[in-house]
Amino acid sequence: MIHKFTMNGVHIAMDINGGSVHVLDEITYDMLDFYEEIRDGKRSLQEVMEKLSRYPQEELASAYDEIRTLEEDGLLYTEDAYETMDFMKNRKPVVKALCLNIAHDCNLMCKYCFAKQGDFGGKKCLMPLETGKKALEYLVKNSGSRRNLEVDFFGGEPLMNFQVVKDLVHYGRELEKEYHKNFRFTITTNGVLLNEEAIEFINTHMDNAVLSLDGRKQINDDMRLTLTGKGSYDVIVPKYQKLIEKRGNKSYYIRGTFTRDSLDFSEDVKHFKELGFVHTSMEPVVSSEENPYAIREEDLPKILEEYEKLAVYYADLKEKKDPFSFFHFMVDLTQGPCVIKRISGCGAGTEYLCITPEGDLYPCHQFVGNEAYKMGNLYEEDLTLPKEMQSMFKEAHIYHKEDCKTCFSKFYCSGGCHANALSFNGDILKPYRIGCEMQRKRLECAIMVEAKRMLSEEEEAPEEKVLFL
Amino acid sequence: KHIKTLTKSTLKKSVAKGGCGECQTSCKTSCTVANQECENL
Repeated sequence: MIHKFTMNGVHIAMDINGGSVHVLDEITYDMLDFYEEIRDGKRSLQEVMEKLSRYPQEELASAYDEIRTLEEDGLLYTEDAYETMDFMKNRKPVVKALCLNIAHDCNLMCKYCFAKQGDFGGKKCLMPLETGKKALEYLVKNSGSRRNLEVDFFGGEPLMNFQVVKDLVHYGRELEKEYHKNFRFTITTNGVLLNEEAIEFINTHMDNAVLSLDGRKQINDDMRLTLTGKGSYDVIVPKYQKLIEKRGNKSYYIRGTFTRDSLDFSEDVKHFKELGFVHTSMEPVVSSEENPYAIREEDLPKILEEYEKLAVYYADLKEKKDPFSFFHFMVDLTQGPCVIKRISGCGAGTEYLCITPEGDLYPCHQFVGNEAYKMGNLYEEDLTLPKEMQSMFKEAHIYHKEDCKTCFSKFYCSGGCHANALSFNGDILKPYRIGCEMQRKRLECAIMVEAKRMLSEEEEAPEEKVLFL
Repeated sequence: KHIKTLTKSTLKKSVAKGGCGECQTSCKTSCTVANQECENL
């Protein structure tokens, strides 16, 4: 299985099952359309040469030979042999990450919030310290031999329960020593309550900070409103700038959401750069079509065009070695994660769980409030997660999703978001189509950017051709 | 002369050394499968 595409003047071919990526000249790119037919005896090379008569015959023959050599070397048209390998049968995932909904309350009322302005459709409440401690204890005791554990402070707005966040980080450090674990703490905040103390604490203790902002002032302030109905841009931007200025080299993301009211979102990403932010992301709103800001099928052409426009801008930055980064255009072609990780995906319901202020467990933060997916409560004696539900999530990988089997993005997206599949199609095995289309485009963009960067490096140092065959 | 290979068969190579589970979960912008690195490979 291969996928080929042209973007920003670069012809690219991907070997989906092997992971190889190639840059082709135009003649080889066109020959690739006929290669399998020639190889399988359905057409003769001569017949194809006549069809592609705009190219010299000896060049076409040479292009055909190079494609054949790639296939013989296992770099094109490789088979997908992973499904029957032992690791697929022997997978025994253990919990290694928790999302702590530290506050089911919020000091903003963003129109598109999936958490329904922080309370997830329930009552407004904050997680007591005791519940948070029980959550961390549950994690260290149920993580098997895993050493690296993750805890994300989420909500709602976690800084509305800042004292508990601080106490839990310190408690986690105690547990680390006792259980020989390594906690990686992260936080997602809307920025409103950031002050000197919060900035200092986040920059000291949080391995990653996700800072919500939608981009240009009018775009942000149309969606991200304070409780008095005013825009939040002027309140939060200076606070983010202060946090990042003091953050050094630690990880952070300025993270925006685009809607059908801001389909020119590349301008918002550029605005992040104007504000001095380096690590950025911009995500499509996920919402049912009854909402006026929801993304619809008819918006896809504009969105895909916008991603490509952003990718061309971004590729130019990368060729100039600009440190600015856009989350979805970062792809590690030299290795990336192992194939086991790529097949199993996000780990929701098995490796990753979300805990509410009341101690309820859900497969992930997107399932909170959906009683059918409640997996138990931390205050139950001998808490045992429902095996059927865990098994359902464990088996929700790309080989059990029909739409994924023939998708060129399957080893990069791992089958998409279970919660979105359930929301839009009523089945965690049926991926959300609009999300798939955007994912495929983002992957093409990311590979183009990386190809341009690698080709540019080769031009600068032609003696270092080790990357190429 | 027609083809430049940017990367070779990274997936196949990862089967033998992969699967330790020590990497981050991948949804919450922190990492996706596509941009995550592995210490073992």
